[in-house]
Amino acid sequence: MKRFIHALADGSVIARRNVIKIGRVPEVLVFVLISPIMFVLLFAYVFGGSIDIPGGSYREFLIGGIFAQTVVFGATFTGAGIADDIHKGIINRFRSLPMSQSAVLVGRTASDVIYNVLSLLIMALSGFVVGWRFHEGLLNAALGFGLLLLFAYAFSWIMGYIGLLVPSVEVINNAAFMVIFPLTFIANTFVPAENLPTVLRVFAEWNPVSAVTQAARDLFGNLPAGIPEPTVWPLRNAVLYTLIWVVLIIAVFAPLAVRRYQTAAKRG
Amino acid sequence: MANAIEAYGLVKKYGKVTALAGLDLAAAEGTVLGVLGPNGAGKTTAVSILTTLIEPDAGEATIAGIDLRKDPHGVRSRIGLSGQAVAVDEQLTGFENLDMIGRLYRLGRTRSRERATELLERFDLTEAAGRTIKTYSGGMRRRLDLAGALIAEPPVLFLDEPTAGLDPRSRNDLWTVIRELVGRGTTLLLTTQYLEEADQLANDIVVIDHGREIAHGTSRQLKRMIGGERIEVAVISHEDTPKVQRILAAHASGEIQHDPATNTLVAPIAGGAEILTQVLRALDAEGVMVEDIGLRRPTLDDVFLAITGRHAEEAPVATGEAVAAGGTA
Repeated sequence: MKRFIHALADGSVIARRNVIKIGRVPEVLVFVLISPIMFVLLFAYVFGGSIDIPGGSYREFLIGGIFAQTVVFGATFTGAGIADDIHKGIINRFRSLPMSQSAVLVGRTASDVIYNVLSLLIMALSGFVVGWRFHEGLLNAALGFGLLLLFAYAFSWIMGYIGLLVPSVEVINNAAFMVIFPLTFIANTFVPAENLPTVLRVFAEWNPVSAVTQAARDLFGNLPAGIPEPTVWPLRNAVLYTLIWVVLIIAVFAPLAVRRYQTAAKRG
Repeated sequence: MANAIEAYGLVKKYGKVTALAGLDLAAAEGTVLGVLGPNGAGKTTAVSILTTLIEPDAGEATIAGIDLRKDPHGVRSRIGLSGQAVAVDEQLTGFENLDMIGRLYRLGRTRSRERATELLERFDLTEAAGRTIKTYSGGMRRRLDLAGALIAEPPVLFLDEPTAGLDPRSRNDLWTVIRELVGRGTTLLLTTQYLEEADQLANDIVVIDHGREIAHGTSRQLKRMIGGERIEVAVISHEDTPKVQRILAAHASGEIQHDPATNTLVAPIAGGAEILTQVLRALDAEGVMVEDIGLRRPTLDDVFLAITGRHAEEAPVATGEAVAAGGTA
């Protein structure tokens, strides 16, 4: 219990430091805010007009997928932040202090939630501009956003772990994209999973990114009537399945990352 | 007196390269241990092990009486580290950096702020306290980094090449601060590439090379081993050389060396500036024209030459590897 309280206290010191830095390096923030706008507009106009979805608007269907993809991509910031701390050598300072061994990761994953809140907010606004609406009430919409954030938070731990593994900040994007691209594309993010060839379809149906997308669409009321109800368990119980993954990811990657952190040091 | 730092048989290998090959270190409470060695000798590796950053492959150590392997957290709460690579956050201000470190030592909000303000004052950084580190000069960064190590007033301090890359004034300032700290009972392990620095600050000096001790003693003992200061005279005319040789011989404490290429004579002496003055007078009386004359203090290179018979940086093939692996380790 004492360890847990220390982790939170020290984590909040680190998170506060990261938040101060967000304001000091506005370039990062600009990128965080512009790329979601770009995603929404690109997908809404490039694909939105050329794909038909029976009984609904493809554009509305698409937005949930873009939300999910963007917050998953946003987790890369966690990896980049951790890799940067190692590269800049401040990790040596942290590691020589009598602070909680998980604080750097706890603080980083927590402060990165801000990025995702901002990018979701921006995406929702740009979504509104291009005609996206939610139809199930404010509470459900809020739950949808909450679930997306929770999933993104869990994903941050994966990227934080990767950030501790890579030799330099530059490598983190490539390393992250190797994980993120297949996960966000072999999913129901842009096309209904039913339309994929068998192998990809099975992957897509059990892919947690599909589940969080499905759950968000459901909570936003963005599932077109013409698309058949999913038959597989993960997509029928998308909220529960997403939550299971959230717990699973944190349970696996938090200890892995903390253990890795304990041997991370800038050399040279 | 009890030893605040004690290490036996520290070994660390990176692949095939041995960074530390069984190093023993000991520093009595309230003293300064200087670890002297060229790049890649294993200095930083030793500091990294003793500050819990890396685990040794073999060996034991206790810091302030606490076993490094059994209780690394306990060790961390009793040490301060200021490394070779300055470990402060570029985008935070001086105050924010120190306040953050204080909080992470769990000093609490009020005490952290107090200590941050005190240390900024003491290190002459009050004016820069509200500026981000990006705007700091190299010397200011070093001072802030050292201040970070002192926030919690730890009894044992590790400074890894604290003055590397600093101009002479900043270096002297830092020496003054270090002397003050030690005067108040802090135990210090200091690594350096400069014999002069070890001479100025350390009670006890361990010279290391290739991850092991090659000499150990007080500054005086080491100097006796390698001789003290030398007078170096660059003579303009070769005709004058025998005269100079004769004058130097009257004051030298050992063999005089002559480098014909530059027509420079080097004579070890037992005294200091007063001998230089005497030599100058004698040269003047004989009407000898010199291009350059001066006292030369023994350097790390002289120590190496005396102990190993080779220069510190001119290394056999195997050292190349050790340098690469240990980094400025």
